Amino acid sequence: MADITALEAHFQNTIDQEIKIEPKDWMPDAYRKTLIRQISQHAHSEIVGMLPEGNWITRAPSLRRKVALLAKVQDEAGHGLYLYSACETLGVERNELVEQLHDGRAKYSSIFNYPTLTWADIGVIGWLVDGAAIMNQVPLCRCSYGPYARAMVRVCKEESFHQRQGYEILLTLSKGTEAQRRMLQDAVNRWWWPSLMMFGPNDADSPHTAQSMKWKIKRFTNDELRQKFVDVCVDQAKLLNVTLPDPDLKWNEERGHYDFGEINWDEFWQVVKGHGPCNKERIDTRRRAHEEGAWVREAAMAFAEKQARRRAEESSQVA
Amino acid sequence: MNHLLNYTLQIADNALILGHRLSEWCGHGPILEQDIALTNLSLDLVGQARSLYQYAAKVEGHGRTEDDMAYLRDEMDFKNVLLVEQKNGDFGRTIVRQFLFDAYHLPFYEALQRSHDETLAAIAEKSLKEVTYHLRYSSEWMIRLGDGTEESHRRVQTALDELWRYTAELFQPSATDEAMLAEGIGVDLGAVKSRWESTVAEILRVATLQQPDSNWMQNGGKAGRHTEHLGYILAEMQYLQRVHPGAEW
Ligand SMILES: [Fe+2]
Ligand SMILES: [Fe+2]
Repeated sequence: MADITALEAHFQNTIDQEIKIEPKDWMPDAYRKTLIRQISQHAHSEIVGMLPEGNWITRAPSLRRKVALLAKVQDEAGHGLYLYSACETLGVERNELVEQLHDGRAKYSSIFNYPTLTWADIGVIGWLVDGAAIMNQVPLCRCSYGPYARAMVRVCKEESFHQRQGYEILLTLSKGTEAQRRMLQDAVNRWWWPSLMMFGPNDADSPHTAQSMKWKIKRFTNDELRQKFVDVCVDQAKLLNVTLPDPDLKWNEERGHYDFGEINWDEFWQVVKGHGPCNKERIDTRRRAHEEGAWVREAAMAFAEKQARRRAEESSQVA
Repeated sequence: MNHLLNYTLQIADNALILGHRLSEWCGHGPILEQDIALTNLSLDLVGQARSLYQYAAKVEGHGRTEDDMAYLRDEMDFKNVLLVEQKNGDFGRTIVRQFLFDAYHLPFYEALQRSHDETLAAIAEKSLKEVTYHLRYSSEWMIRLGDGTEESHRRVQTALDELWRYTAELFQPSATDEAMLAEGIGVDLGAVKSRWESTVAEILRVATLQQPDSNWMQNGGKAGRHTEHLGYILAEMQYLQRVHPGAEW
Protein backbone atom coordinates (compact mmCIF):
# COMPACT_ATOMS: atom_id res chain seq x y z
CA MET A 1 0.00 0.00 0.00
CA ALA A 2 2.75 2.37 0.97
CA ASP A 3 4.49 1.48 -2.28
CA ILE A 4 1.51 2.47 -4.39
CA THR A 5 1.19 5.74 -2.55
CA ALA A 6 4.84 6.50 -3.17
CA LEU A 7 4.52 5.59 -6.85
CA GLU A 8 1.46 7.75 -7.22
CA ALA A 9 3.17 10.66 -5.56
CA HIS A 10 6.15 10.30 -7.84
CA PHE A 11 3.85 10.03 -10.86
CA GLN A 12 1.90 13.18 -9.98
CA ASN A 13 5.15 14.96 -9.23
CA THR A 14 6.49 14.07 -12.68
CA ILE A 15 3.34 15.47 -14.24
CA ASP A 16 3.45 18.62 -12.15
CA GLN A 17 6.96 19.24 -13.40
CA GLU A 18 5.67 18.95 -16.97
CA ILE A 19 7.79 15.88 -17.65
CA LYS A 20 6.16 13.49 -20.11
CA ILE A 21 4.97 10.07 -19.03
CA GLU A 22 6.33 7.41 -21.40
CA PRO A 23 4.97 3.90 -22.13
CA LYS A 24 7.43 2.10 -19.86
CA ASP A 25 6.85 4.43 -16.89
CA TRP A 26 4.66 3.35 -14.02
CA MET A 27 1.19 4.91 -14.19
CA PRO A 28 -2.03 4.51 -12.21
CA ASP A 29 -4.55 2.13 -13.75
CA ALA A 30 -7.15 4.86 -13.96
CA TYR A 31 -4.75 7.10 -15.92
CA ARG A 32 -4.06 4.28 -18.36
CA LYS A 33 -7.77 3.54 -18.75
CA THR A 34 -8.69 7.18 -19.24
CA LEU A 35 -6.05 7.54 -21.92
CA ILE A 36 -7.04 4.34 -23.72
CA ARG A 37 -10.65 5.49 -23.78
CA GLN A 38 -9.81 8.99 -24.96
CA ILE A 39 -7.17 8.07 -27.56
CA SER A 40 -9.18 5.21 -29.02
CA GLN A 41 -12.29 7.39 -29.21
CA HIS A 42 -10.19 9.94 -30.97
CA ALA A 43 -8.80 7.34 -33.40
CA HIS A 44 -12.29 6.02 -34.14
CA SER A 45 -13.48 9.57 -34.77
CA GLU A 46 -10.81 10.02 -37.42
CA ILE A 47 -11.85 6.81 -39.16
CA VAL A 48 -15.60 7.29 -38.95
CA GLY A 49 -15.04 10.92 -39.90
CA MET A 50 -13.75 9.76 -43.27
CA LEU A 51 -17.27 8.72 -44.23
CA PRO A 52 -19.30 11.94 -44.26
CA GLU A 53 -16.60 13.71 -46.25
CA GLY A 54 -15.82 10.71 -48.41
CA ASN A 55 -19.46 10.98 -49.41
CA TRP A 56 -18.54 13.91 -51.69
CA ILE A 57 -15.26 12.73 -53.23
CA THR A 58 -16.89 11.35 -56.37
CA ARG A 59 -19.03 14.48 -56.72
CA ALA A 60 -16.43 17.15 -55.99
CA PRO A 61 -17.12 20.02 -58.39
CA SER A 62 -13.61 20.55 -59.79
CA LEU A 63 -10.48 18.49 -60.19
CA ARG A 64 -8.61 20.72 -57.75
CA ARG A 65 -11.33 20.22 -55.11
CA LYS A 66 -11.42 16.51 -55.79
CA VAL A 67 -7.70 16.11 -55.21
CA ALA A 68 -7.80 18.28 -52.07
CA LEU A 69 -10.72 16.38 -50.59
CA LEU A 70 -9.14 13.00 -51.36
CA ALA A 71 -5.94 14.12 -49.69
CA LYS A 72 -7.84 15.42 -46.70
CA VAL A 73 -9.80 12.24 -46.14
CA GLN A 74 -6.56 10.32 -46.55
CA ASP A 75 -4.99 12.53 -43.86
CA GLU A 76 -7.78 11.48 -41.50
CA ALA A 77 -6.91 7.84 -42.15
CA GLY A 78 -3.32 8.71 -41.29
CA HIS A 79 -4.46 10.38 -38.05
CA GLY A 80 -6.36 7.21 -37.20
CA LEU A 81 -3.17 5.21 -37.74
CA TYR A 82 -0.99 7.44 -35.52
CA LEU A 83 -3.60 7.37 -32.79
CA TYR A 84 -4.12 3.62 -32.88
CA SER A 85 -0.34 3.30 -32.56
CA ALA A 86 -0.29 5.70 -29.61
CA CYS A 87 -3.01 3.59 -28.03
CA GLU A 88 -1.06 0.39 -28.63
CA THR A 89 1.76 1.77 -26.47
CA LEU A 90 -0.72 1.48 -23.58
CA GLY A 91 -1.11 -2.24 -24.19
CA VAL A 92 -4.23 -2.59 -26.37
CA GLU A 93 -4.06 -3.95 -29.92
CA ARG A 94 -5.71 -2.15 -32.83
CA ASN A 95 -7.88 -5.21 -33.59
CA GLU A 96 -9.35 -5.09 -30.13
CA LEU A 97 -10.07 -1.38 -30.41
CA VAL A 98 -11.72 -1.76 -33.80
CA GLU A 99 -13.87 -4.53 -32.41
CA GLN A 100 -15.00 -2.22 -29.63
CA LEU A 101 -16.00 0.36 -32.21
CA HIS A 102 -17.93 -2.15 -34.29
CA ASP A 103 -19.89 -3.66 -31.41
CA GLY A 104 -20.79 -0.28 -29.96
CA ARG A 105 -18.67 -0.45 -26.79
CA ALA A 106 -16.45 2.40 -27.94
CA LYS A 107 -17.69 5.84 -28.89
CA TYR A 108 -16.55 8.29 -31.52
CA SER A 109 -17.28 11.96 -32.02
CA SER A 110 -21.03 12.40 -32.46
CA ILE A 111 -20.57 15.06 -35.09
CA PHE A 112 -19.98 12.38 -37.70
CA ASN A 113 -23.49 11.08 -37.21
CA TYR A 114 -24.83 14.02 -39.16
CA PRO A 115 -25.26 13.75 -42.94
CA THR A 116 -23.38 15.72 -45.61
CA LEU A 117 -26.18 16.87 -47.87
CA THR A 118 -24.57 19.39 -50.19
CA TRP A 119 -21.11 20.39 -51.34
CA ALA A 120 -21.22 23.30 -48.87
CA ASP A 121 -21.15 20.73 -46.07
CA ILE A 122 -17.61 19.86 -47.08
CA GLY A 123 -16.55 23.45 -46.59
CA VAL A 124 -18.46 23.81 -43.34
CA ILE A 125 -16.95 20.63 -41.93
CA GLY A 126 -13.51 22.02 -42.64
CA TRP A 127 -14.34 25.36 -41.09
CA LEU A 128 -16.38 24.34 -38.04
CA VAL A 129 -15.68 20.67 -37.39
CA ASP A 130 -11.94 20.75 -38.06
CA GLY A 131 -11.96 24.15 -36.37
CA ALA A 132 -13.54 22.77 -33.19
CA ALA A 133 -11.21 19.76 -33.37
CA ILE A 134 -8.22 22.13 -33.45
CA MET A 135 -9.50 24.00 -30.38
CA ASN A 136 -9.75 20.68 -28.58
CA GLN A 137 -6.52 19.25 -29.88
CA VAL A 138 -3.96 22.03 -29.72
CA PRO A 139 -3.83 21.77 -25.92
CA LEU A 140 -3.40 17.99 -26.33
CA CYS A 141 -0.01 18.62 -27.92
CA ARG A 142 1.05 19.34 -24.31
CA CYS A 143 -0.74 16.30 -22.89
CA SER A 144 1.21 14.53 -20.14
CA TYR A 145 1.35 11.25 -22.06
CA GLY A 146 4.29 11.47 -24.49
CA PRO A 147 3.10 9.32 -27.40
CA TYR A 148 -0.31 11.02 -27.46
CA ALA A 149 1.22 14.50 -27.28
CA ARG A 150 3.63 13.73 -30.11
CA ALA A 151 0.88 12.23 -32.30
CA MET A 152 -1.17 15.37 -31.74
CA VAL A 153 1.60 17.65 -32.95
CA ARG A 154 1.47 15.96 -36.35
CA VAL A 155 -2.30 15.81 -36.38
CA CYS A 156 -2.77 19.48 -35.50
CA LYS A 157 -0.53 20.66 -38.30
CA GLU A 158 -2.72 18.89 -40.83
CA GLU A 159 -5.97 19.89 -39.17
CA SER A 160 -5.21 23.57 -39.49
CA PHE A 161 -4.55 23.01 -43.17
CA HIS A 162 -7.94 21.27 -43.43
CA GLN A 163 -9.61 24.19 -41.74
CA ARG A 164 -8.11 26.74 -44.10
CA GLN A 165 -9.10 24.62 -47.05
CA GLY A 166 -12.69 24.32 -45.80
CA TYR A 167 -12.97 28.02 -45.16
CA GLU A 168 -11.67 28.73 -48.64
CA ILE A 169 -14.41 26.52 -50.14
CA LEU A 170 -16.92 28.63 -48.23
CA LEU A 171 -15.40 31.95 -49.29
CA THR A 172 -15.75 30.81 -52.89
CA LEU A 173 -19.38 29.86 -52.32
CA SER A 174 -20.07 33.16 -50.57
CA LYS A 175 -18.95 35.04 -53.67
CA GLY A 176 -20.86 32.69 -55.96
CA THR A 177 -24.37 32.37 -57.32
CA GLU A 178 -27.53 32.70 -55.29
CA ALA A 179 -27.89 28.92 -55.26
CA GLN A 180 -24.38 28.58 -53.88
CA ARG A 181 -24.99 31.14 -51.13
CA ARG A 182 -28.19 29.36 -50.18
CA MET A 183 -26.29 26.08 -49.99
CA LEU A 184 -23.74 27.77 -47.73
CA GLN A 185 -26.28 29.22 -45.30
CA ASP A 186 -28.17 25.94 -45.14
CA ALA A 187 -25.02 24.03 -44.26
CA VAL A 188 -24.10 26.54 -41.55
CA ASN A 189 -27.61 26.24 -40.11
CA ARG A 190 -27.27 22.48 -39.87
CA TRP A 191 -23.68 22.26 -38.54
CA TRP A 192 -23.42 25.16 -36.11
CA TRP A 193 -25.07 23.59 -33.07
CA PRO A 194 -23.58 20.12 -33.50
CA SER A 195 -20.16 21.79 -33.72
CA LEU A 196 -20.72 23.48 -30.36
CA MET A 197 -21.66 20.08 -28.96
CA MET A 198 -18.25 18.75 -29.99
CA PHE A 199 -16.78 20.28 -26.83
CA GLY A 200 -18.85 17.94 -24.68
CA PRO A 201 -21.26 18.57 -21.81
CA ASN A 202 -21.18 21.74 -19.71
CA ASP A 203 -18.48 21.71 -17.05
CA ALA A 204 -21.08 21.16 -14.33
CA ASP A 205 -22.07 17.89 -16.06
CA SER A 206 -18.56 16.74 -16.84
CA PRO A 207 -17.44 14.76 -13.80
CA HIS A 208 -14.09 13.57 -15.20
CA THR A 209 -12.77 16.99 -16.11
CA ALA A 210 -11.13 17.74 -12.75
CA GLN A 211 -9.15 14.50 -12.70
CA SER A 212 -8.10 14.87 -16.35
CA MET A 213 -6.88 18.38 -15.65
CA LYS A 214 -4.91 17.22 -12.63
CA TRP A 215 -3.27 14.58 -14.83
CA LYS A 216 -2.69 17.23 -17.49
CA ILE A 217 -4.47 15.22 -20.12
CA LYS A 218 -6.84 18.12 -20.38
CA ARG A 219 -5.70 21.74 -20.09
CA PHE A 220 -8.97 23.63 -20.45
CA THR A 221 -12.55 22.82 -19.53
CA ASN A 222 -15.25 22.10 -22.12
CA ASP A 223 -16.94 25.43 -21.57
CA GLU A 224 -13.70 27.39 -21.81
CA LEU A 225 -12.90 25.83 -25.17
CA ARG A 226 -16.44 26.24 -26.44
CA GLN A 227 -16.40 29.93 -25.57
CA LYS A 228 -13.09 30.40 -27.35
CA PHE A 229 -14.52 28.69 -30.42
CA VAL A 230 -17.66 30.84 -30.52
CA ASP A 231 -15.60 34.01 -30.16
CA VAL A 232 -13.41 33.08 -33.11
CA CYS A 233 -16.25 31.93 -35.35
CA VAL A 234 -18.38 35.05 -35.13
CA ASP A 235 -15.93 37.18 -37.09
CA GLN A 236 -15.25 34.42 -39.58
CA ALA A 237 -19.01 34.10 -40.18
CA LYS A 238 -19.23 37.84 -40.91
CA LEU A 239 -16.58 37.50 -43.60
CA LEU A 240 -18.65 34.76 -45.19
CA ASN A 241 -21.82 36.81 -44.99
CA VAL A 242 -23.67 34.06 -43.19
CA THR A 243 -25.87 34.19 -40.13
CA LEU A 244 -25.10 31.85 -37.27
CA PRO A 245 -28.44 30.28 -36.30
CA ASP A 246 -28.59 31.59 -32.75
CA PRO A 247 -30.82 34.60 -31.87
CA ASP A 248 -29.09 34.89 -28.48
CA LEU A 249 -25.65 35.32 -29.93
CA LYS A 250 -24.35 38.78 -28.99
CA TRP A 251 -21.25 40.51 -27.71
CA ASN A 252 -21.06 40.87 -23.92
CA GLU A 253 -18.92 43.88 -23.15
CA GLU A 254 -18.57 42.98 -19.50
CA ARG A 255 -17.37 39.44 -20.07
CA GLY A 256 -15.35 40.31 -23.13
CA HIS A 257 -16.94 37.33 -24.87
CA TYR A 258 -19.93 36.48 -27.01
CA ASP A 259 -22.99 35.19 -25.16
CA PHE A 260 -24.75 32.37 -26.91
CA GLY A 261 -27.95 30.36 -26.56
CA GLU A 262 -28.60 27.15 -24.69
CA ILE A 263 -27.43 23.98 -26.42
CA ASN A 264 -30.06 21.32 -27.01
CA TRP A 265 -28.59 18.68 -24.70
CA ASP A 266 -31.45 16.27 -25.38
CA GLU A 267 -30.33 16.11 -28.97
CA PHE A 268 -26.72 15.69 -27.86
CA TRP A 269 -27.50 12.71 -25.63
CA GLN A 270 -29.82 11.19 -28.22
CA VAL A 271 -27.01 11.18 -30.77
CA VAL A 272 -24.47 9.91 -28.23
CA LYS A 273 -26.83 7.04 -27.44
CA GLY A 274 -27.00 6.08 -31.11
CA HIS A 275 -30.15 7.83 -32.31
CA GLY A 276 -28.59 10.48 -34.54
CA PRO A 277 -29.46 10.67 -38.23
CA CYS A 278 -26.50 8.54 -39.38
CA ASN A 279 -25.27 6.51 -36.39
CA LYS A 280 -26.49 3.27 -37.90
CA GLU A 281 -25.17 3.96 -41.40
CA ARG A 282 -21.75 4.96 -40.13
CA ILE A 283 -21.19 1.87 -38.01
CA ASP A 284 -22.79 -0.44 -40.58
CA THR A 285 -20.48 0.99 -43.22
CA ARG A 286 -17.38 0.52 -41.08
CA ARG A 287 -18.43 -2.98 -40.15
CA ARG A 288 -19.14 -3.90 -43.75
CA ALA A 289 -15.75 -2.62 -44.90
CA HIS A 290 -14.12 -4.68 -42.17
CA GLU A 291 -16.11 -7.86 -42.86
CA GLU A 292 -15.72 -7.61 -46.61
CA GLY A 293 -12.01 -7.14 -46.11
CA ALA A 294 -11.64 -10.25 -43.95
CA TRP A 295 -10.64 -12.49 -46.86
CA VAL A 296 -8.00 -9.98 -47.93
CA ARG A 297 -6.44 -9.87 -44.47
CA GLU A 298 -6.55 -13.67 -44.26
CA ALA A 299 -4.91 -14.00 -47.67
CA ALA A 300 -2.16 -11.55 -46.74
CA MET A 301 -1.49 -13.48 -43.56
CA ALA A 302 -1.53 -16.88 -45.28
CA PHE A 303 0.85 -15.58 -47.92
CA ALA A 304 3.23 -14.11 -45.34
CA GLU A 305 3.29 -17.46 -43.54
CA LYS A 306 4.00 -19.33 -46.78
CA GLN A 307 6.83 -16.94 -47.53
CA ALA A 308 8.34 -17.39 -44.09
CA ARG A 309 8.11 -21.17 -44.46
CA ARG A 310 9.72 -21.06 -47.88
CA ARG A 311 12.57 -18.92 -46.58
CA ALA A 312 13.10 -21.26 -43.65
CA GLU A 313 13.21 -24.26 -46.01
CA GLU A 314 15.67 -22.53 -48.29
CA SER A 315 18.01 -21.59 -45.48
CA SER A 316 17.90 -25.10 -43.99
CA GLN A 317 18.86 -26.46 -47.43
CA VAL A 318 21.76 -24.05 -47.62
CA ALA A 319 22.92 -25.11 -44.15
CA MET B 1 -9.45 15.90 -86.57
CA ASN B 2 -6.93 17.37 -84.14
CA HIS B 3 -4.92 14.24 -83.41
CA LEU B 4 -2.70 15.77 -80.75
CA LEU B 5 -5.76 16.93 -78.81
CA ASN B 6 -7.41 13.55 -79.20
CA TYR B 7 -4.29 11.72 -78.19
CA THR B 8 -3.82 13.81 -75.05
CA LEU B 9 -7.45 13.25 -74.12
CA GLN B 10 -7.10 9.49 -74.58
CA ILE B 11 -4.30 9.42 -72.04
CA ALA B 12 -6.01 11.88 -69.70
CA ASP B 13 -9.37 10.11 -69.72
CA ASN B 14 -7.76 6.80 -68.79
CA ALA B 15 -6.10 8.45 -65.81
CA LEU B 16 -9.18 10.35 -64.66
CA ILE B 17 -11.67 7.51 -64.93
CA LEU B 18 -9.41 5.00 -63.21
CA GLY B 19 -8.52 7.59 -60.56
CA HIS B 20 -12.21 8.26 -60.03
CA ARG B 21 -12.97 4.57 -59.63
CA LEU B 22 -10.18 4.21 -57.07
CA SER B 23 -11.45 7.23 -55.17
CA GLU B 24 -14.68 5.32 -54.53
CA TRP B 25 -12.65 3.13 -52.16
CA CYS B 26 -11.68 5.98 -49.87
CA GLY B 27 -13.00 5.15 -46.39
CA HIS B 28 -14.02 1.61 -47.36
CA GLY B 29 -10.73 -0.25 -47.74
CA PRO B 30 -10.19 -3.73 -46.31
CA ILE B 31 -7.28 -2.53 -44.16
CA LEU B 32 -6.55 1.04 -43.13
CA GLU B 33 -3.10 0.90 -44.75
CA GLN B 34 -4.62 -0.26 -48.05
CA ASP B 35 -7.28 2.43 -47.88
CA ILE B 36 -4.43 4.93 -47.78
CA ALA B 37 -2.54 3.15 -50.57
CA LEU B 38 -5.53 3.07 -52.95
CA THR B 39 -6.12 6.76 -52.29
CA ASN B 40 -2.49 7.40 -53.19
CA LEU B 41 -2.97 5.71 -56.55
CA SER B 42 -6.11 7.73 -57.08
CA LEU B 43 -4.35 10.99 -56.22
CA ASP B 44 -1.51 10.22 -58.63
CA LEU B 45 -3.88 9.41 -61.47
CA VAL B 46 -6.15 12.42 -61.03
CA GLY B 47 -3.01 14.54 -60.80
CA GLN B 48 -1.79 13.14 -64.12
CA ALA B 49 -5.20 13.76 -65.65
CA ARG B 50 -5.06 17.40 -64.58
CA SER B 51 -1.70 18.04 -66.26
CA LEU B 52 -2.93 16.33 -69.40
CA TYR B 53 -6.25 18.20 -69.51
CA GLN B 54 -4.45 21.49 -69.03
CA TYR B 55 -2.32 20.63 -72.01
CA ALA B 56 -5.33 19.43 -74.03
CA ALA B 57 -7.08 22.73 -73.36
CA LYS B 58 -4.03 24.58 -74.58
CA VAL B 59 -3.71 22.43 -77.70
CA GLU B 60 -7.38 22.96 -78.47
CA GLY B 61 -6.96 26.71 -78.10
CA HIS B 62 -10.57 27.61 -77.30
CA GLY B 63 -9.88 28.92 -73.82
CA ARG B 64 -11.33 25.88 -72.09
CA THR B 65 -9.97 24.65 -68.75
CA GLU B 66 -9.07 21.30 -67.21
CA ASP B 67 -12.47 21.28 -65.55
CA ASP B 68 -14.31 21.90 -68.80
CA MET B 69 -12.56 18.83 -70.14
CA ALA B 70 -13.48 16.65 -67.19
CA TYR B 71 -16.91 17.97 -66.35
CA LEU B 72 -18.49 19.24 -69.53
CA ARG B 73 -17.81 16.54 -72.10
CA ASP B 74 -20.36 13.81 -72.80
CA GLU B 75 -20.03 10.01 -72.75
CA MET B 76 -19.23 9.78 -76.43
CA ASP B 77 -16.44 12.36 -76.07
CA PHE B 78 -14.58 10.31 -73.45
CA LYS B 79 -11.81 8.25 -75.00
CA ASN B 80 -10.75 6.04 -72.11
CA VAL B 81 -10.44 2.30 -72.61
CA LEU B 82 -13.30 0.16 -71.30
CA LEU B 83 -11.08 -1.53 -68.73
CA VAL B 84 -10.70 1.52 -66.51
CA GLU B 85 -14.42 2.25 -66.24
CA GLN B 86 -15.29 -1.23 -64.97
CA LYS B 87 -16.70 -1.40 -61.47
CA ASN B 88 -14.48 -1.84 -58.44
CA GLY B 89 -16.11 -5.05 -57.25
CA ASP B 90 -14.21 -6.50 -54.32
CA PHE B 91 -10.63 -5.56 -53.48
CA GLY B 92 -9.37 -8.45 -55.64
CA ARG B 93 -11.19 -7.23 -58.70
CA THR B 94 -9.90 -3.70 -58.17
CA ILE B 95 -6.37 -5.10 -57.93
CA VAL B 96 -6.74 -7.15 -61.12
CA ARG B 97 -8.06 -4.15 -63.04
CA GLN B 98 -5.22 -2.06 -61.66
CA PHE B 99 -2.58 -4.62 -62.49
CA LEU B 100 -3.78 -5.15 -66.06
CA PHE B 101 -3.71 -1.39 -66.58
CA ASP B 102 -0.44 -0.70 -64.74
CA ALA B 103 1.34 -3.36 -66.78
CA TYR B 104 0.36 -1.29 -69.83
CA HIS B 105 0.73 2.14 -68.25
CA LEU B 106 4.39 1.74 -67.28
CA PRO B 107 5.82 0.79 -70.70
CA PHE B 108 3.42 3.29 -72.27
CA TYR B 109 4.85 6.21 -70.29
CA GLU B 110 8.38 4.89 -70.73
CA ALA B 111 7.93 5.15 -74.47
CA LEU B 112 6.07 8.45 -74.27
CA GLN B 113 9.07 9.98 -72.51
CA ARG B 114 10.76 9.89 -75.90
CA SER B 115 7.88 11.68 -77.62
CA HIS B 116 8.73 14.54 -79.93
CA ASP B 117 6.07 16.51 -78.11
CA GLU B 118 7.92 18.11 -75.24
CA THR B 119 4.94 18.53 -72.95
CA LEU B 120 3.78 14.95 -73.29
CA ALA B 121 7.34 13.73 -72.81
CA ALA B 122 7.65 15.81 -69.64
CA ILE B 123 4.33 14.62 -68.23
CA ALA B 124 5.32 11.02 -68.99
CA GLU B 125 8.63 11.44 -67.25
CA LYS B 126 7.01 12.92 -64.18
CA SER B 127 4.33 10.20 -64.08
CA LEU B 128 6.77 7.37 -64.54
CA LYS B 129 7.87 7.24 -60.92
CA GLU B 130 4.27 7.06 -59.79
CA VAL B 131 3.30 4.40 -62.26
CA THR B 132 6.36 2.30 -61.41
CA TYR B 133 5.12 2.24 -57.84
CA HIS B 134 1.56 1.43 -58.98
CA LEU B 135 2.74 -1.61 -60.90
CA ARG B 136 4.80 -2.81 -57.97
CA TYR B 137 1.86 -2.37 -55.63
CA SER B 138 -0.67 -4.14 -57.84
CA SER B 139 1.80 -6.93 -58.75
CA GLU B 140 2.52 -7.61 -55.09
CA TRP B 141 -1.16 -7.87 -54.32
CA MET B 142 -1.78 -10.09 -57.36
CA ILE B 143 0.80 -12.47 -55.93
CA ARG B 144 -0.42 -12.21 -52.36
CA LEU B 145 -4.03 -12.86 -53.32
CA GLY B 146 -3.28 -15.44 -56.01
CA ASP B 147 -0.99 -17.40 -53.72
CA GLY B 148 -2.84 -16.57 -50.48
CA THR B 149 -5.86 -18.64 -49.50
CA GLU B 150 -8.15 -20.79 -51.63
CA GLU B 151 -10.79 -18.09 -51.42
CA SER B 152 -8.49 -15.25 -52.44
CA HIS B 153 -7.17 -17.35 -55.32
CA ARG B 154 -10.68 -18.08 -56.54
CA ARG B 155 -11.71 -14.43 -56.28
CA VAL B 156 -8.80 -13.00 -58.27
CA GLN B 157 -8.98 -15.77 -60.86
CA THR B 158 -12.66 -14.96 -61.41
CA ALA B 159 -11.92 -11.26 -61.71
CA LEU B 160 -9.11 -11.99 -64.14
CA ASP B 161 -11.37 -14.16 -66.28
CA GLU B 162 -13.99 -11.43 -66.34
CA LEU B 163 -11.73 -8.46 -67.04
CA TRP B 164 -9.53 -10.20 -69.60
CA ARG B 165 -11.85 -9.28 -72.47
CA TYR B 166 -11.04 -5.61 -71.96
CA THR B 167 -7.29 -6.00 -72.40
CA ALA B 168 -6.91 -6.20 -76.18
CA GLU B 169 -8.29 -2.71 -76.59
CA LEU B 170 -5.24 -1.27 -74.85
CA PHE B 171 -3.13 -2.23 -77.85
CA GLN B 172 -5.58 -1.63 -80.69
CA PRO B 173 -4.41 1.56 -82.34
CA SER B 174 -7.04 4.18 -83.04
CA ALA B 175 -6.62 6.45 -86.06
CA THR B 176 -5.15 8.96 -83.62
CA ASP B 177 -2.69 6.42 -82.23
CA GLU B 178 -1.49 5.72 -85.77
CA ALA B 179 -1.21 9.34 -86.78
CA MET B 180 0.68 10.25 -83.61
CA LEU B 181 3.06 7.32 -83.98
CA ALA B 182 3.79 8.41 -87.54
CA GLU B 183 4.66 11.90 -86.31
CA GLY B 184 6.98 10.60 -83.61
CA ILE B 185 4.68 11.92 -80.90
CA GLY B 186 2.79 8.75 -80.03
CA VAL B 187 3.81 5.40 -78.71
CA ASP B 188 4.23 2.13 -80.63
CA LEU B 189 1.51 0.01 -79.05
CA GLY B 190 2.95 -3.16 -80.54
CA ALA B 191 6.09 -2.71 -78.46
CA VAL B 192 4.04 -1.87 -75.37
CA LYS B 193 2.04 -5.03 -75.95
CA SER B 194 5.02 -7.34 -75.83
CA ARG B 195 6.21 -5.73 -72.61
CA TRP B 196 2.71 -6.11 -71.18
CA GLU B 197 2.52 -9.76 -72.17
CA SER B 198 5.76 -10.66 -70.48
CA THR B 199 4.89 -8.76 -67.27
CA VAL B 200 1.48 -10.37 -67.11
CA ALA B 201 2.80 -13.87 -67.83
CA GLU B 202 5.48 -13.52 -65.17
CA ILE B 203 3.23 -12.17 -62.41
CA LEU B 204 0.45 -14.66 -63.13
CA ARG B 205 2.98 -17.49 -62.94
CA VAL B 206 4.27 -16.36 -59.55
CA ALA B 207 0.72 -15.74 -58.37
CA THR B 208 -0.26 -19.28 -59.46
CA LEU B 209 -3.02 -17.82 -61.61
CA GLN B 210 -4.22 -19.11 -64.95
CA GLN B 211 -4.04 -16.83 -67.97
CA PRO B 212 -7.54 -16.84 -69.54
CA ASP B 213 -7.61 -18.30 -73.05
CA SER B 214 -10.68 -16.42 -74.18
CA ASN B 215 -10.30 -14.51 -77.41
CA TRP B 216 -13.59 -12.67 -77.13
CA MET B 217 -12.50 -9.11 -76.76
CA GLN B 218 -14.48 -5.93 -76.24
CA ASN B 219 -13.48 -2.54 -77.52
CA GLY B 220 -14.82 0.87 -78.45
CA GLY B 221 -13.66 3.15 -75.64
CA LYS B 222 -11.13 5.06 -77.72
CA ALA B 223 -13.91 5.82 -80.21
CA GLY B 224 -16.32 6.95 -77.48
CA ARG B 225 -18.43 3.76 -77.43
CA HIS B 226 -18.44 2.75 -73.78
CA THR B 227 -19.94 0.20 -71.46
CA GLU B 228 -22.99 1.26 -69.49
CA HIS B 229 -20.84 2.10 -66.48
CA LEU B 230 -19.32 5.31 -67.82
CA GLY B 231 -22.66 7.13 -67.94
CA TYR B 232 -23.11 6.62 -64.21
CA ILE B 233 -19.57 7.72 -63.44
CA LEU B 234 -20.11 10.95 -65.37
CA ALA B 235 -23.59 11.52 -63.93
CA GLU B 236 -22.08 11.49 -60.48
CA MET B 237 -18.85 13.27 -61.25
CA GLN B 238 -20.31 16.05 -63.40
CA TYR B 239 -23.51 16.72 -61.51
CA LEU B 240 -22.60 19.97 -59.75
CA GLN B 241 -21.02 21.50 -62.83
CA ARG B 242 -24.06 20.54 -64.91
CA VAL B 243 -26.66 21.78 -62.41
CA HIS B 244 -24.91 25.11 -61.84
CA PRO B 245 -23.57 26.16 -65.22
CA GLY B 246 -20.78 28.70 -65.03
CA ALA B 247 -20.48 28.66 -61.25
CA GLU B 248 -17.05 28.87 -59.62
CA TRP B 249 -16.19 26.28 -57.00
FE1 LIG C 1 -8.05 14.38 -38.32
FE1 LIG D 1 -9.26 17.01 -40.33
